[in-house]
Formats: sequence, C-alpha cells, structure tokens
Amino acid sequence: MAGAKEIRSKIASIKNTQKITKAMEMVAASKMRRAQERMLATRPYAAKIGNVIAHLSHAHPEYHHPYLAEREVKRVGLIVISTDRGLCGGLNINLFKKVIASMKEWDAAGLKIDLTLIGSKSNAFFKRMGGNIRATATHLGDAPSMVELIGTVKIMLDAYEAGEIDRLYLSHNQFVNTMTQSPVIKQLIPVSGEADSEALKTHWDYIYEPDSVPVMDALMIRYIESLVYQSVVENVACEMAARMVAMKSATDNAGDLINELQLIYNKARQAAITQEISEIVSGAAAV
Amino acid sequence: MTLHVDIVSAEAEIFSGTATMVFAPAEMGEVGISPRHTPLLTRLKPGEVRVQTNEGEEKSFYVSGGMLEVQPHIVTVLADTAIRADSLDEAQALEAKERAERLLIDKSADVDYAKAQAELAESMAQLATIRKLREKSK
Repeated sequence: MAGAKEIRSKIASIKNTQKITKAMEMVAASKMRRAQERMLATRPYAAKIGNVIAHLSHAHPEYHHPYLAEREVKRVGLIVISTDRGLCGGLNINLFKKVIASMKEWDAAGLKIDLTLIGSKSNAFFKRMGGNIRATATHLGDAPSMVELIGTVKIMLDAYEAGEIDRLYLSHNQFVNTMTQSPVIKQLIPVSGEADSEALKTHWDYIYEPDSVPVMDALMIRYIESLVYQSVVENVACEMAARMVAMKSATDNAGDLINELQLIYNKARQAAITQEISEIVSGAAAV
Repeated sequence: MTLHVDIVSAEAEIFSGTATMVFAPAEMGEVGISPRHTPLLTRLKPGEVRVQTNEGEEKSFYVSGGMLEVQPHIVTVLADTAIRADSLDEAQALEAKERAERLLIDKSADVDYAKAQAELAESMAQLATIRKLREKSK
C-alpha cells in the first residue's frame, strides 16, 4: 500500500499547482481585458497628432524638422519593450530572438547600436548579452503611466538630436489576438510621413501661437512619446494574453497528469486488496 | 452651429462630443473658440478647459498643458498627462540614465534569478558527488 500513498500525495501536490495556475489564468484573463481597453484608448491621441504633423509638413515644405530628415546611418538606437515578469510563455524570448537577429544584421553592416530597455526581462537579458545600454525603465506595472517613460524616451531623442544616433527603432510585441502575439521592430525616427491625402488636397494653414517651430517641436516629441507609450500598453496586453494561454495549458497538463496518476493509484489500490484477499483465503485453506 | 470637441490624452480619451463654445488656456492667454473659427494651433498652459455643451451645460476639465488644434468645426485638445517643463524632463532623463548605469555596475544586488538557480543546481550536484566519493573511500 506504500506505493498508493505516495501516488496520493503526488496527486494532492499537483492539484495544488493546478489551483495556482488556474487562478493565474483567470487573473490574466481579466487583466487582459482591461489592458486591451487601455490599448484602444491610446489610439486617438497618436492618430490625431499624426494627422496634424502630416498636415504641418505638407503646409511647410520649407521647414524640415530633424525628425523628418533622413541621415546617413552610422549608429542606430533601439528601444526594446519587454515584460517585467515571467510565466508568459515564449513572449519575451521570441522578441529577443528577433532583436538579436536585427542587431546581427546591423552589426554586419558596420553599424553601432545603442539600447534603451523597458521592462525587467529585457534588462536581465541584455545585461548578460552585453550592449551599449543608454537608459532603462522597469516596474511600470499593469497600467503604465506616460510620466515614467518621458525621461527614457528623451535620452534617445537627445541622442538623435546630438547626432549620436541616426535612426531610432522600437521593438515590442504586437497584439494580433488572444492566441497570437508577434514581435515587431519598427522605425520611429526619421518619422515616415504618411500623409492623409484626403485632407491635404486643399491648401490651408493654421495660425500658430507663438510660432510654427516650437509648436512643431512640441508636437514631434509628444508624437514619438505617444508611439512608445502605445507600444508599452500593447505589450502589457500581449503579456496578459500570453500568460493566460500559458497558464491554461499548464492547468490542462496538470489535469491530464492527475487523471493518469488517479488510474495508477486505483490499480495499485485494487492490487493491494486482491493480494490481501488471496492471503486471507490461502491462510484459511491452510488451516 | 456647433463644434465637435475631442479632448484626448496619451493614456485615454477624456471627452468627445459637441459644443457651442470652448475655452482653453493657450500659451499667449486664454482663448474662446466658437464654431467657424479660423484654423489655429497653439500650446496650452496648465489650466482649465471649459466646454459649453448644446444643452447650455458647462463642463470643465483640468489639463496639465498640451496642444490645442482648431479647425472650423473641430476642436482637438491634446492634453498632457503630466506637467511638462524642460528642467523636469531633463531630471527624468537623468534618472533613466542612472538606472541604466546602475544596471551595468550593480553586479551583486540584482542577481539574475535564473542564473542563481543554475549555479545553485550546479553546486548541489557537486556536493552530491563529493558525498558519494567520501562514502566510497570509507
């Protein structure tokens, strides 16, 4: 009966683990819903600014903001957005793989790379990997606030303005749907000017207060910041979705394991009973 | 004759609706926007944005700065989520930089958990081997 007892305690321990993974799954599901709402709420701001910038650059072809100008590339900046916590499947690793691949490409092309890291996981990873880390931000939580990102983004913007980097990229996970999150690397600066052609057909211009240049500068900084913020929020949604899926499969696996062990346990128990009966019967026959 | 007003921040949409008049704290002084205002783009100071709705109600929102974009029938307030000033931004940037420097220098405090675990497993295996060797030699 010793085997049966061991199996029973093993089942109990797996059941406890299953309870935890189940709870984590449910927490992640509810957080994901909120993160998705937050993700959608950030879109109007960036879209509005994008429109105004497109209009501005169209209305003032003579004024070129540095963020719009293509330069010869010698050094690139990359902002990597990862999660703070683990247990979310291959989310971070998939992103890092993509980043490493791009970094190798840039390296082969003779470009130097500066990194800005957002999220504890990327900090740990790139600290081990090595690389020129310029700024970091961690522990932004489930509802990141813009304030915590301003400084981090400013470092890269300043580096760009000082000519220390010639291009700025952003890498994060894109929320496709609950089951799929895909890592992406996109270019932030120079800003690719997708103009809303419909609005630009007729020529008209704003009155600027105080002047078009400072207004443009302020807009540009906010535009880049909002894009980074958007990606951070999207990454949170990805994290929650990935964790939900990972925890669901962990719960399912625990269930399978429990069923298997239960079968083995039942067999062991029956075998023990059968043995006892045959011992009694044979004992009685001997008397 | 009405205006469509959107007040958005990077974090959330704050207000969206129609209005007869909008007041905002522009950098050069407070402005009141009526329908068919000429296109205007200005920075905002921290202050109150007031929206007069069609029903004659007045709604007020606090913004900590931002941008105001006016088109004849659309007013967009791009609100900042925090007070912005060059010196404040600079301080934030310095902080982010310091964090990066600390990350690189600090080898002991922020030991990577996975790495520590791997090392622990390794030393445990070593201990087990040593114990076995000792038992054999006895």
